[in-house]
Amino acid sequence: MEDKNNSFWKGIKDGIPICLGYISVSFAFGIFSVGSGLSVLETVLISMTNVTSAGQLAAVPIIAGGGSLFELAMTQFFINLRYSLMSVLLSQKLGSTVRVIDRFLIAFVNTDEVFAVASGKDGNLGRKYLYGLILTPYLGWSMGTLVGAVAGNILPEIIVSALGIAIYGMFIAIIIPPAKKSLPTALCILFAVALSCAFKYIPILNVVPNGFVIIICAVAASVLFALVAPVPDEKEVAENE
Amino acid sequence: MNNTMSFVAGLLVAAGVTYLVRMVPLVLVKKKIENKFIKSFLYYVPYAVLGVMTIPAIFYSTSCFASAAVGFVVAVILAYFERGLLTVAAASCVAVLITELII
Repeated sequence: MEDKNNSFWKGIKDGIPICLGYISVSFAFGIFSVGSGLSVLETVLISMTNVTSAGQLAAVPIIAGGGSLFELAMTQFFINLRYSLMSVLLSQKLGSTVRVIDRFLIAFVNTDEVFAVASGKDGNLGRKYLYGLILTPYLGWSMGTLVGAVAGNILPEIIVSALGIAIYGMFIAIIIPPAKKSLPTALCILFAVALSCAFKYIPILNVVPNGFVIIICAVAASVLFALVAPVPDEKEVAENE
Repeated sequence: MNNTMSFVAGLLVAAGVTYLVRMVPLVLVKKKIENKFIKSFLYYVPYAVLGVMTIPAIFYSTSCFASAAVGFVVAVILAYFERGLLTVAAASCVAVLITELII
């Protein structure tokens, strides 16, 4: 059976909006990373091998601050755990032209946005389409990081200070709209944030390394709300049924 | 030398774990997750993670608390009115810059 979507150029085209979004996010990441003490080369290498915004942002302070590899591994595992679900769902969309070797490569760039576009397509996806779809975002992510890292080194301090808030501004733009529509989501975020502040400001708790704080707070809040307010099936993750 | 080694180790661990989390299910799993608790947990995790990473870190992301607080308020207001990621981020940067020029 032929796959319905299997044009490389169609994939490239569908990847362009993701690419443009990534340029700005990765630019902010580049600024953040060199500001944390990593070199331009190290910063670009992280983007080219990880391809995940939240994971990288959590990884940089641990790497730059000399945290343990265990802390780093646990942090990456929990922050990126959502990709497991996306990969499971994406596997349902793969057409007959997608070989096992293609699965290994496509998984490398299965980001939130790539997953969202792929799952929104009608019918099965062929391997040419998928390679097109991951190529443009990957280039945007890498190039944006490079430009941001270089800019972080040469721009005046007041500009770098202002740009330092950019990535957090984007996070706020991601979490507020769903929080507005779903009270449990809003309460879950607030609960997680309250825990996060406790770990920052309460004397005994504030010695816990940052990577573990993210895991503890996010897992505690998510488990609690998964128990008291299970998500209805039509929400997000099950959308490609 | 020591620093370079720890960077490479960190890079490999971060990239390796991130890749495995994505790759293993895509290559191995063929069935759908039906468990409601796991589905709900995975739905909440990204929002909780982003919330934890943003607060209180955002208040230390610029050269002073006051400018960061102004940037935070501007971002929350624009995000509430569902402006795009780029608009929200850019506006909060501008708000920080203006605040720091005034102080």
